[in-house]
Amino acid sequence: MKHLEEKIFKVIMICAAMIILGVLMYIIGTVFYRGLPALTLDMVTKLPGGGFYLGKEGGVLNAIVGSLYIILGSLTISILISVPLVMYINFYLPARSIFSSIIRFSLDILFGIPSIVYGAFGFALMIYLGIRASLIGGILTVAMLIMPIMMRSFDEITRLLSRDLPDALLSLGTTKYEMVKVILRQLMPGLVTAILLAIGRGIGDAATVLFTAGYTDNIPTSLNQPAATLPLSIFFQLGSPVEEVQNRAYASAIILTVIILILSFSARYFSSKFSKNKI
Amino acid sequence: MRRLRAAKDKAARYLMLGIGIFTILLLLVIGLSLFFKALPIMREKNLWVLLSSADWKPFKGDFGFLPFILSTFYVSLIAIIIALPFSILTSIYLNSYASKNVRRFFEPVIDLLSGIPPVIYGVWGTLTIVPLIANKIAPRFVEFSSGYTILAGGVVLAVMIIPLLISIMVEVFRSIPKEMTDASLSMGATKWQTVKKVILRKSISGIIAATVLALSRAFGETMAVLMVCGNTAKIPHSIFDAGYPLPALIANNYGEMLSMPSYESALMLSAFLLFIIVVLFNGLSRFTLNQIERRYQF
Repeated sequence: MKHLEEKIFKVIMICAAMIILGVLMYIIGTVFYRGLPALTLDMVTKLPGGGFYLGKEGGVLNAIVGSLYIILGSLTISILISVPLVMYINFYLPARSIFSSIIRFSLDILFGIPSIVYGAFGFALMIYLGIRASLIGGILTVAMLIMPIMMRSFDEITRLLSRDLPDALLSLGTTKYEMVKVILRQLMPGLVTAILLAIGRGIGDAATVLFTAGYTDNIPTSLNQPAATLPLSIFFQLGSPVEEVQNRAYASAIILTVIILILSFSARYFSSKFSKNKI
Repeated sequence: MRRLRAAKDKAARYLMLGIGIFTILLLLVIGLSLFFKALPIMREKNLWVLLSSADWKPFKGDFGFLPFILSTFYVSLIAIIIALPFSILTSIYLNSYASKNVRRFFEPVIDLLSGIPPVIYGVWGTLTIVPLIANKIAPRFVEFSSGYTILAGGVVLAVMIIPLLISIMVEVFRSIPKEMTDASLSMGATKWQTVKKVILRKSISGIIAATVLALSRAFGETMAVLMVCGNTAKIPHSIFDAGYPLPALIANNYGEMLSMPSYESALMLSAFLLFIIVVLFNGLSRFTLNQIERRYQF
């Protein structure tokens, strides 16, 4: 009897896992099936002709470049903030300090805040500061979104580092600041993993840039101009009544999915490299 | 030379301390500024009236949040009901049954599912789930449904929270000491009996924490539900009615309502509500999960 139950549940569990795998395949398959016919070289090399909403010609170069600008800007900000902070809670504060657990806890909560709330807060902040929907607004808001993601994954990897190296360095007479500089080199693959994860989240999120970065047919040339983004190009073009424009949305969906696939696999590659380094 | 090194060290230390304080303050600043932005509408109307009224006529000054709150709640509930069994079964499988190779194969699968952007889930939902509901499922229960429904939102959200649930639950199951499961197995219990009587029982608090965390993720999800839920400001009476969750309300209207201060304030109130609920849920479940991690660490 108990062996029958064992077998039945094993089958159910394998089915559940297979269904989850199947759904992933189904999602990627749907995106490619619908978008592939519309994916041309023009998509990635041309701006939309005659407006992104009604124009039948052109591609989404404006959104690709816009997304790239926003992610590069916000990445710079969030690296500048998260790397020192992670070093601080791991190597400056004592092992079980209350301050470091408060910081970690608030990072956990920041991590869980929905992107739409960041978007609304970012927009309110921009009104307060007198900034219109622009590249800089998008960069600041996306930076808030990806900062906790980067910090948490970098922190997790840093905690795995053995204490031998820091202790050895300190006993050689380095200051903590010099010690951290050496350790950072050791942690590089981990940092790259964290960065790739953050890029993946930041580049795909639409709700943060919806009000803060705006949308435009052109490539922004200064920080005060609005910028188009890939997820919004999918969302807006899908709402267009013109079929060619809708097809462009599906093709953009492929571009975004491929970017995410590449990021995800390279993150995995770097994190496996890190665990090899460690042993 | 030595003084320079010490000074550098000190400067770095203060800079880092400043950043640390900044991250803690950021949370407070977000909460407070949303609160103050929402204050005008709460002064104008009774908060309870706002939350319990179903009239949403912004241009007449009626702001009843009930349809949005109920939509959010229903959509998230459906998502959890669908996602939970799949996630529990799969995480048990990955933790106790699967070989190392299978586990290694599934890690990128979970990664990818959690990495796919919401807007792609939305595209997938409109292409597959919405027509499926409109043509196959809904006609069996109701006369007509466009497919853009609460149910569609729930299904898409379910897929989106599954990776979060699985990754936390696998951690929770892994934190159970091997001695316990070994003891059970050596008494002649089958693997499934061990799972049922030892692992699941021991990790019940972790499963609840994971569920709460996934719920709060579902509450705040915007683009995907915006694309598949239909967005009509009425109280949904069945899962085949259109819904209008809170995040979708903000996304659809914010940015255009600057001319109406009370409208803006009302939308800020919904952002503040989301913020409070998510912070509470997240705080509770993260606290529980941290406790679990600590309990079995040493």
